[in-house]
Amino acid sequence: MNGLLPGVPLVTLITFLPLAGALALLFVKPGSDRALRLLALAVSFATLALSLGLFLGFDGASGLPEFVERASWLGRGLDYHVGVDGLSLSLVLLAALLTPIALLSSWRSVDRRVKEFSAFMLLLETGMIGVFVSLNLFLFYVFWEAMLIPMYFLIGIWGGRRRAYATMKFVLFTMSGSLLMLVGIFAIQAANFRATGAYSLTIADLAAAPFAPGLQTWLFLAFGLAFAVKVPLFPLHTWLPDAHVEAPTAASVLLAAVLLKMGAYGFVRLGLPLFPQAAAAFAPALSVLAVIGVVYGGLMALVQKDMKSLVAYSSVSHMGLIMLAVFSLNFEATEGALFQMINHGLSTGALFLCVGILYERTGTRVIADHGGAAARMPIFAGLFLASMLSSAGLPGLNGFAGEILCFFGIFRTSRVMAVLGVSTVILSAVYLLGLYRRVMHGPLKAPGDRRLCDLDRRELAMLVPIVVLMVFLGLFPGTVLRKMDASVSRYLDSLRKQAPVALTSRAPARPPLWSARPAEPER
Amino acid sequence: MIPPLAFFVLAAVLFVLGVVAFFVKKDLLTQFMAVEVMLNAGNLAFLALTAGPGRANAQAIVLFVIAVAAAEAVVGLSVIVLVFRRRKSIRTDELRDLKG
Amino acid sequence: MDRLFWLVPLVPGASALLLMLFGRRYSRRAAAWQACGAVLVSFVLAAAAFARLAGGQAALEKVLPVWISAGSFEASFSLAFDRLAAVMALVVTGVGSLVHVYSTSYMADDKAPTRYFAFLNLFTFFMLVLVLASDIVLMFVGWEGVGLCSYLLIGFWFDRPAAARAGLKAFVVNRVGDAAFLVGLLVLLTQVGSSSFAAINGAARDGRLSAGLATLAAILLFAGATGKSAQIPLHVWLPDAMEGPTPVSALIHAATMVTAGVYLVCRLNGLFAASPAASAVVAWVGAVTAAAAAALALVQNDIKRVLAYSTISQIGYMFIGCGVGATAAGLFHLTTHAFFKSLLFLAAGSVIHALGGEQDMRRMGGLRRRLPLTFPAFLVGALAISGVPFLSGFFSKDAILTSAFAGGHYVIYGLGLAAAVLTAFYMFRLVYLTFYGPARMEPEAGLHIHESPRAMTVPLIILAVLAAVSGLVGLRVLPGEPADLFGRFLEQVLPRTGRYPAPPTEIALILAATASALLGIGLAFLFYRRSPGLPARLAGRFPGAYRLLVNGYYVDAAYDAVVVRPLVKGAGWTYRNLDLRLIDGALNGSAAGADLAGRGLSAVQSGLVRDYALAFLLGTVIFLGVVLL
Repeated sequence: MNGLLPGVPLVTLITFLPLAGALALLFVKPGSDRALRLLALAVSFATLALSLGLFLGFDGASGLPEFVERASWLGRGLDYHVGVDGLSLSLVLLAALLTPIALLSSWRSVDRRVKEFSAFMLLLETGMIGVFVSLNLFLFYVFWEAMLIPMYFLIGIWGGRRRAYATMKFVLFTMSGSLLMLVGIFAIQAANFRATGAYSLTIADLAAAPFAPGLQTWLFLAFGLAFAVKVPLFPLHTWLPDAHVEAPTAASVLLAAVLLKMGAYGFVRLGLPLFPQAAAAFAPALSVLAVIGVVYGGLMALVQKDMKSLVAYSSVSHMGLIMLAVFSLNFEATEGALFQMINHGLSTGALFLCVGILYERTGTRVIADHGGAAARMPIFAGLFLASMLSSAGLPGLNGFAGEILCFFGIFRTSRVMAVLGVSTVILSAVYLLGLYRRVMHGPLKAPGDRRLCDLDRRELAMLVPIVVLMVFLGLFPGTVLRKMDASVSRYLDSLRKQAPVALTSRAPARPPLWSARPAEPER
Repeated sequence: MIPPLAFFVLAAVLFVLGVVAFFVKKDLLTQFMAVEVMLNAGNLAFLALTAGPGRANAQAIVLFVIAVAAAEAVVGLSVIVLVFRRRKSIRTDELRDLKG
Repeated sequence: MDRLFWLVPLVPGASALLLMLFGRRYSRRAAAWQACGAVLVSFVLAAAAFARLAGGQAALEKVLPVWISAGSFEASFSLAFDRLAAVMALVVTGVGSLVHVYSTSYMADDKAPTRYFAFLNLFTFFMLVLVLASDIVLMFVGWEGVGLCSYLLIGFWFDRPAAARAGLKAFVVNRVGDAAFLVGLLVLLTQVGSSSFAAINGAARDGRLSAGLATLAAILLFAGATGKSAQIPLHVWLPDAMEGPTPVSALIHAATMVTAGVYLVCRLNGLFAASPAASAVVAWVGAVTAAAAAALALVQNDIKRVLAYSTISQIGYMFIGCGVGATAAGLFHLTTHAFFKSLLFLAAGSVIHALGGEQDMRRMGGLRRRLPLTFPAFLVGALAISGVPFLSGFFSKDAILTSAFAGGHYVIYGLGLAAAVLTAFYMFRLVYLTFYGPARMEPEAGLHIHESPRAMTVPLIILAVLAAVSGLVGLRVLPGEPADLFGRFLEQVLPRTGRYPAPPTEIALILAATASALLGIGLAFLFYRRSPGLPARLAGRFPGAYRLLVNGYYVDAAYDAVVVRPLVKGAGWTYRNLDLRLIDGALNGSAAGADLAGRGLSAVQSGLVRDYALAFLLGTVIFLGVVLL
């Protein structure tokens, strides 16, 4: 499996290196902020390098998890069991990529308790990556909850004025979902023991032997709630704008770019494979919620007065499209959704960075206070615009490649949903470029006039890699898509086996015979 | 041979005495002693259950309880001493800091 | 060299990339030279490939690796240089080169020439991708890309609020069309199973795509075309787009991008031919737009807005051609229009340049003698667009109108003819107001009037020649030839489905077209030269009609009242009531409820050990009671 570095537990290393870094930070002499920052950055870069190795070394032909490591941990099925497959691979890389960028973004804006801040950021990275690599249900839960703690402190300590309210809301929403998930895990353990006489919480084992339909329904609801809060699916989204507005830039970036993906990933990794019949039964209803989210998030973004909450609502809209694609349950849509998660991570991450850059210079995020910044900050203007266009799905950038696959897949399952979903093409142009016009164009209206200077090297180092990736993935989406193929078709095959009726779509599953290109068998 | 019932009656009497004492008395030390009485009433009942040859389970449990009770007495008494030092009182109707 | 046709888009693209990456390091001259050079190279490459096609080859193709694929979805970077693409690519690079050269002088004093040329090169790149793509998804890249460049260039002077707003409006209106385009694309992709134009047209031709779905897809794609080509009802962005620099208006908003919709319909002619209903929609939208926009041009005072409405109207003609089965005629008009309309815009730019930025015709006049090169060039353009015999517009417009008549579309023909009268009228109104009569400009503007430098006048002269003679390739009465040169060249790509009229009818139609042009010019002479008070009196006599035209049929106001404001208001209301009041209210309410319950229950915690012990005792008794009894 591990052809790159034989014998090296790569996944464990990637997962726990940030944790080790966080511990190491505690031994750095307090007061030397620069050393702290550099150490944290070095650790996150090392993690990124390892993840890149993981990505390159990943084969993906089998569709099975690779780089698997397994050890008995607490007994009774609570094993340490990690590995990556096509569904999780690129998300690991996304988390590893954005952590150093987020750390860079806090270089100047976070100036108190740097040690704790950096440690929490690294802890968060361990949590995020852990969620993606867990192949054991309990381990997944542990990381899922563990990630909440650093985020709680990041918003609660370094947040804005209403941070207490925002953190409480964030925790209450997320906890109420994840506690039900914990209960669900107990129920699974019990039911599985009754059925097989052995303890196992290995996700693949559980997916192979689904539960009785009645139990599935309850379990799906318990898990689904936890994931839906995280996505967030309408109407469970109201924690998101508050959390974003109060969070420091670095936390916002990771929250939007990675944490939200966990909800969608949860559905793909657990919600659908473990409870296929229930998922198929609920898919139409959840699709409706998702499409409401698409339109609703877009409309809400139109009327926001704060830049951050505008971007937050745009996330609601985009995540709605991703969920719609996930619930469309066909190959193109699923692959599109997984790819779009990466794209949304990049574009929304970049947008939050841009908002943070403006905020650092002007001290305000109120849209009406800004105007004409493009005249003073031409480079920033270009990068900001590129991020917006990626988010709005301009063809040639990554957002389009994901969006068109999502639309195509959704259309194959439900034409009405696809047409409603396409409205995001219009709405995203209106709210994003509307924001751009108000903030960057028009006469110069700079609240902190003197400080409105263009990007420095550090800021370029944050934004340029993301924008380059946007272009690269827009032109060569296959880099990511091909790694997913086998895993996605395994995933769909297992769903199809368990719930065949719900997965028959109206449109032909493969190209008709008259297609100009040779019809490829569906992978 | 004393019939087992006698032990049970004695244990019940001791237990009730302990309960009554706990509710009637107002100083922590006496109440603590009342608790000890109840505890030992329980021990007695246990022992009575396995009076006879070859049945030592309950005796083992009782020994265990006595050991734990000793430890508990140490902790409990030192807490009481500390409370008294700080508050100059161990009357439970005056110690109401745990009010919600 | 013709094998390198795929470099046609890439050369300007690379130049744009360099200009954007190293913007600050470029000197003014270097940026301008590089941009012009890139487009010229691209023109030469296109011409070489064109020569190959003229030699008889059907098409040059380049299939590059797959771009996006997943399951049954596949799109690839495949380019094809067929005869349709050849015509369009020559127009884009040819007019593009001239506009680039013109810009070197026009934008010489601008603050950010590098940015300007970067965007102009980028536009050329995307436009050529649009033209050369043989995959509809790849075409969509160009399609949206030119929209982006249009947005960037309309809002080039972004510190002007009007320019920023106009750019945004253009982008958003285009996106409305693009959303429809996207849905049409999805219909085609799922039904045909391939994204190549050949497969789509093929499936439509031999009926594998059912008639209903073909109509649906065609109408949705045409809705996208109405956005890009500023046809009713999505025409509202183009007049505002005149906030951009004038060369941009000439290239993007007259010659190339706005005609992309026509190009799309030509590209998908198999699909449209399979659906008479969709073709009828195309023809009718074109006819109504041609007449309605021409009427709006009558009352504009801004020289560029007259030309903008004129562009909308002329594109309407092209759609008439496509809709009535004379697709080649539509493309022919596209070509001639590219020449004479970019000529008109560039000449107008020369006028504006001479007057130091003045665009209002009420403050012009008498420029005939003071701009000795611009005036004749403009006049050629005006005569060509009016359809005066033997100039280019005459042939192309006539080809469309005769096809409409021959196909039995008499109402459409009538609308087209009426639009022709209006066209001649508003063009000569413009000519008389600008170049004749007393000088009405501000005194100090009048002092500086000068003819433009050579970099601007040379492109004008070249375009004037093209506008005059390019119609000859469409001359259909060559001895022994059944069809014209232009149509024959395109026959294999754009098969003609409409009929030709009988010779006597045709002569009558030509006479009618000539008469309508002359009538329009005569009326303009009467109104603006002979008795200049007449227009005001007429406007006073029919105030309702006048206001209707000045306000553009209230379309903008209607969109604002029916779509924009209710949407924003509704969203605001929903945000306040649903998000903040209902969802958050419920959440905060339950939090407050928990708080209250906690306060209430905390009374039980008396702090008295005895109370706790009592509760404990009671609990034990109850528990034992339940268990034992």
